[in-house]
Amino acid sequence: MALALMSQSPQSRWAGGYPPGRQAFPHRDLLAIGQLQRHEILYLLDEAEQWIALNRQAAKRAEALAGLTIINAFFENSTRTLLSFEIAGKRLGADVVNMHATQSSVKKGETLIDTAVTLNAMQADAIVIRHASSGAVALIADKVACPVLNAGDGSHEHPTQGLLDALALRHALRQRGEAGDDFTGLTVTICGDILHSRVARSGMLCLQALGASVRVCAPPALLPHGVEAMGAAVFCDFDAALAGTDVVMMLRLQSERMSGQYIPSEREYRHLYGLTEARLARAAPDAIVMHPGPMNRGVEIDSAVADLADRSIITRQVEMGVAVRMACLDILTRRARGVPGWAPEPLDAGNALA
Amino acid sequence: MKQLGGVCITGGRLVLPGEVRHGSVRLAQGRIAAVGDVAAEPGDQIIDARGALIAPALIDLGVFAVDRGAFHFGGIARAALMPDQSPPLDHPSSVNFTAKRGKPDLWVHPLAAATKGLAGTDLAEFALMQEAGARGIATGRHWIADSGVMLRVLQYAAMLDLPVIAHAEDGFLAGRAVATAGEIATRLGLASAPAQAEVLAIARDLVLAEMTGARLHFRQVTTRAGLALVRQAKARGIGVTAGVTPAHFMLSDLAVHGFRSFARLSPPLRSEDDRQAVREAIADGTIDVIASGHDPQAMEEKRLPFAEAAPGMAGAQTLLPLVLSLVRDGLISLERAFDLMAAAPARILRVDAGVLEAGREADVALIAPDCPWIVESSSLNGMAGNTPFDRKPVQGRCIRLFKGGVEPAS
Repeated sequence: MALALMSQSPQSRWAGGYPPGRQAFPHRDLLAIGQLQRHEILYLLDEAEQWIALNRQAAKRAEALAGLTIINAFFENSTRTLLSFEIAGKRLGADVVNMHATQSSVKKGETLIDTAVTLNAMQADAIVIRHASSGAVALIADKVACPVLNAGDGSHEHPTQGLLDALALRHALRQRGEAGDDFTGLTVTICGDILHSRVARSGMLCLQALGASVRVCAPPALLPHGVEAMGAAVFCDFDAALAGTDVVMMLRLQSERMSGQYIPSEREYRHLYGLTEARLARAAPDAIVMHPGPMNRGVEIDSAVADLADRSIITRQVEMGVAVRMACLDILTRRARGVPGWAPEPLDAGNALA
Repeated sequence: MKQLGGVCITGGRLVLPGEVRHGSVRLAQGRIAAVGDVAAEPGDQIIDARGALIAPALIDLGVFAVDRGAFHFGGIARAALMPDQSPPLDHPSSVNFTAKRGKPDLWVHPLAAATKGLAGTDLAEFALMQEAGARGIATGRHWIADSGVMLRVLQYAAMLDLPVIAHAEDGFLAGRAVATAGEIATRLGLASAPAQAEVLAIARDLVLAEMTGARLHFRQVTTRAGLALVRQAKARGIGVTAGVTPAHFMLSDLAVHGFRSFARLSPPLRSEDDRQAVREAIADGTIDVIASGHDPQAMEEKRLPFAEAAPGMAGAQTLLPLVLSLVRDGLISLERAFDLMAAAPARILRVDAGVLEAGREADVALIAPDCPWIVESSSLNGMAGNTPFDRKPVQGRCIRLFKGGVEPAS
């Protein structure tokens, strides 16, 4: 018995299940994948499954969060993430309000903490925040009383993106009859602007926690120093990185975060790092293609690859995004909603202390 | 405020150059009258030190604010003020005003801006500012990018025998970085620069110092490679000295974890290996000065996302106990601690203090070296509590301070 336990790797210890006797998701906020345990990630993914089915129905409405107010506070421009969170909240029956920094008092010199305190005073039941500065969401989370969801902070993390990538990948693999609960044995190559990308950081941490080996590939100027310490294998040669890889995740160049020139030209970048059909042939047969969007077709990814019918799961990533965000909003508001098992049990009259 | 009667501090442990021994000190007419086995004269105020250290008051080389409460709490009687003020100390009149700002119980030694507006292009009027009270020339919070300008700064300073206090960080390589490149910055997604930004700046300035014969002081040397360059330059006889603040021998970039903006410093916190290198350099004498880098920042400048927060820490209150921790760790002797915090800065600034010696200015601190206390960001004496050492238990405290033989009114 002891031998059997010892022969299991720590990662497979709770395969398919959660540690007994513990709450499945003991966090108030969702700030970073780096703060989550493997079983907590799996729990979020499993919970998202029910919402995928709902989202495919004609009537896509649940009332789980009816009466709750969710504020989407976006201090940085976003279309798809904002829309995804808004749809997720509305499908759960919540009242969703969007705050754009461009229209807000942030432009009038109010500090971030004052803005946070203001949002808190409006009695939101959850706040979804995107901010251009790494760590800004954690700073706000510290000042408000309700759950905070990080919708991307600077170059730090974008946890719901990491989760939706994992969910989309799991679905695609299951459809092929290839996947178990996790990604053990799978090789994923993330290629693009790793230096500035919060998607790369969350993706790397999430996929690795679920057993995948991750390769990152970029020109040296776009590779963060010490990224190998995060567990990824580092490549500058895209062809070498692609060899035998099962999944290719392409990222765009985040020119809005760049100060100075990191690549000589888009033309040269495409020549070295563009995912063309010919390049994709170097990966494993039927390798899956992913991209968090927005895509720059003809730069990091060719249209022919992006639109490959049964290999590109780019639109499925968007679909899973709504389900994952519904699951996160549902789980994080359970305590406030008094869902049994998540809220403190009301004391029974007989047991109450006199 | 002139000293009226004599003061005799007896029964203490005198911190002298090269030794610590029991004895007394007598202060009269603003000067140290006698050190050692001295007897009080009639009319003297007699203070029983009860075994506490009788040490030279600290001289803090390179602070950003005149923060009397913090300096007196920390046993600091003189502070060399960086030119990064508003407006910058680039004119004889502002230097003259600054030189008188702290008197009588705190002496502020202005470090004049090397270039007008600290812009790094046009030389400021060194000679006129020297006559107005400047004790050195400083490049400010940033380096001077133009090597030709830096060469002329060093030439003029050498002619006037003024030390040049340089900030060693290649501004192009550092860019908008707020952290040192490494695993922590990568995990947190913070803009980072390689530690070599410091090494490059040191290498260039050492070449220019050797050409000009100027006295060059790097206010903070925080990397193993940078310290190696300073060590080699000293061996070759170049007139260079190096300083550091406690942050870089107490903390590594791990302290940034959790986006703690109180740990946002300039230069940024380095790797653990660099921290160890700083400790080695303090032990082997490569580092000459430990200063507080005192830079109080109001809450609204610090309670911001990490990259937007102002760099700098309030350090004057914690300089003494943190340097004494090096003594307890066996890294340096007690008398060397006071060379780092008082005598060496006095030599660089050419001020007549920093050593307990008859004839010098009577700047004396009475110190309880083992007195335990807890650093509390919320209740630190001084203008602000932005310390990365919040909640840290420390030992060592200044119990009485004399500036020119007189105790500051508290």
